[in-house]
Amino acid sequence: MSDDSSPMIECRELQKYYGDYHALRGIDLSIREGEFFSLLGPSGCGKTTLLRVIAGFEDISAGAVLIDGRHMEDVPANRRPTNMVFQSYAIFPHLSVAENVAFGLRRDPRPKPEKAAMVEEALEMVGLRGYGGRAAHALSGGQRQRVALARALILKPKVLLLDEPLSALDRKMREQMQVELIKLQRQVGITFVLVTHDQEEALVMSDRIAVMFEGEIAQLDEPEALYARPASRRVADFIGVMNFLPARILDEADGRATADIPGLGVVDLPEGQISRADADDSGPMIGFRPETMTLLRPGQTSQQARETGAVIDEVVYYGDMTYYDLRLDGSARLDGKARTVRISMRNVFGRDVPCVGTAVRLAWSPGSLVLFR
Amino acid sequence: MSAGRFQGGGLRAYTLFYLLFLYAPILLLPLFAFNSGTIIAFPLKGFTTDWFVQMWGNATLRRALTNSLTIAMSASVLATCFGIFAARASTRFEFPGKTGIMGFIMLPMVLPEIIVAMSLLVVLLGVGAELSILTVIIGHTLICMPYGIAILSTAFASLDRSLEEAAYDLGETKWSAFRLITLPLVMPGIISSLLISFTISLDEFIIAFFLAGNEPTLPTYIFSQLRFPKQIPMIMALGTVLVALSIILLAIGEYFRRRGIARIGGKDSGGFL
Repeated sequence: MSDDSSPMIECRELQKYYGDYHALRGIDLSIREGEFFSLLGPSGCGKTTLLRVIAGFEDISAGAVLIDGRHMEDVPANRRPTNMVFQSYAIFPHLSVAENVAFGLRRDPRPKPEKAAMVEEALEMVGLRGYGGRAAHALSGGQRQRVALARALILKPKVLLLDEPLSALDRKMREQMQVELIKLQRQVGITFVLVTHDQEEALVMSDRIAVMFEGEIAQLDEPEALYARPASRRVADFIGVMNFLPARILDEADGRATADIPGLGVVDLPEGQISRADADDSGPMIGFRPETMTLLRPGQTSQQARETGAVIDEVVYYGDMTYYDLRLDGSARLDGKARTVRISMRNVFGRDVPCVGTAVRLAWSPGSLVLFR
Repeated sequence: MSAGRFQGGGLRAYTLFYLLFLYAPILLLPLFAFNSGTIIAFPLKGFTTDWFVQMWGNATLRRALTNSLTIAMSASVLATCFGIFAARASTRFEFPGKTGIMGFIMLPMVLPEIIVAMSLLVVLLGVGAELSILTVIIGHTLICMPYGIAILSTAFASLDRSLEEAAYDLGETKWSAFRLITLPLVMPGIISSLLISFTISLDEFIIAFFLAGNEPTLPTYIFSQLRFPKQIPMIMALGTVLVALSIILLAIGEYFRRRGIARIGGKDSGGFL
């Protein structure tokens, strides 16, 4: 999807108050047509409120919502070109699967056989062919999810809104549905807006993600950028695992910074690796992801620029991979506190996992570091 | 029920005695209703249906029956309608003074009926209203409403809010979403509320006695006839009919309740029967 395509959803300066509670604090957002967009954040961050505002279930205190270029101010939820998949799925328990899926067609003037064909088509799309006659209450969680999808998609909305649709499923089912949702979205080409508190789910499924904290968008980016260059420590902490080490700024000019990090030494960081979003925080911090450093076997050399000595403090074995908590040599240099960092390594079949207390060497490159000012 | 610890103990005898105490008097009703003797005492004399014939031929009784049915039907429909409004409002919306308002609505349930009856009488006479079955309907609606609301609140509260929103989202209006989704799902509650209100109104004595003016209702009529020993076998016949009617009504209600639960695949958490 190119950047210049007109936005499908546009939120301008959205404000939402519940009494004294400020739920949405100036949301500016533009979601492209055909995009799989996620609103990610902890509970109470306003992501569901934002979704319900887009759906038309909540009115806004200030600002504007545009869908497909049209102001939605006076358009109620039942006339918006959006359909919603609810967290509870909201399957009508007294109706059959087919009646549930056909519900949105009640006001459609098409003849019955044509509608029945549409229902069958929608059911087939979500992999529930032949389930039409079943009672809705007799379905499993995953099947309800599919019925809810079919029911929303049969109306061919411009935007499909999904409110934590996978949170009620077990892990296996959830992972399966994630892939199915991506495929389905590609197949129908409709703009999907997903609300989730599960960062992994957002990374797996989305074209772009808006991370929300306390009614504000903290960062809006593609999954890779979000993961590699989090705009603030809070975002970094929320998405995946991030190691933090205190740093001392030695020199700063033209956007570049030279920092001294106990355990890692002095590094020079270009502007792209510096985040200035946490100005009020306790002090400068260096962050890096567990997989960006490599544990070297004795005698092994590495192409990475730097090497650091460390001692293994803890080993967490996961089968396919292992987490190592390491005490970096010289990490107590700055304030006398020894720090551990977490490194992840893929396990090589048949090779021993080093044990606790072993002195090891760590290879890394300054390019994987992010400085939080 | 066949749990070992209940076996052979005094608990079984206690249960039997309890049930006997509860239901034996009611079983006496049909027994004496079909007994040809005029005195309510053992030994029974012979079989007769005369009392039913006599009952049917009694114009005052027929009038009392018509009045009672009219009152019970009106009061139960009114109480249930108001109950639906109140229950939906209290389960779906937050508004200032909600707890207080709901408390006042539920108050007649615990208020002594004689107080309600007396104060209603004073007010109605004060505004110059003529006492009739209409005034009884007003009184009965008032006392039936808390029961209706209690039942309907449970029905509404167990409903997922998203259901109505989903229907609205799929293009229905707010009203049609309510009619197509909420109403069928709370229907068992509505039927329960109608039945409970009906039975409460049907055997209510104090308010009917105070507010009916010269119009008889079944309870006030039965009370007035108890002074005449000659009439007692006929009252027994009437009682028999009422018991049969209650059982039939409750059975119908229970049938609908169970069917409703089965239809939505819910778990039966006990009803009235």
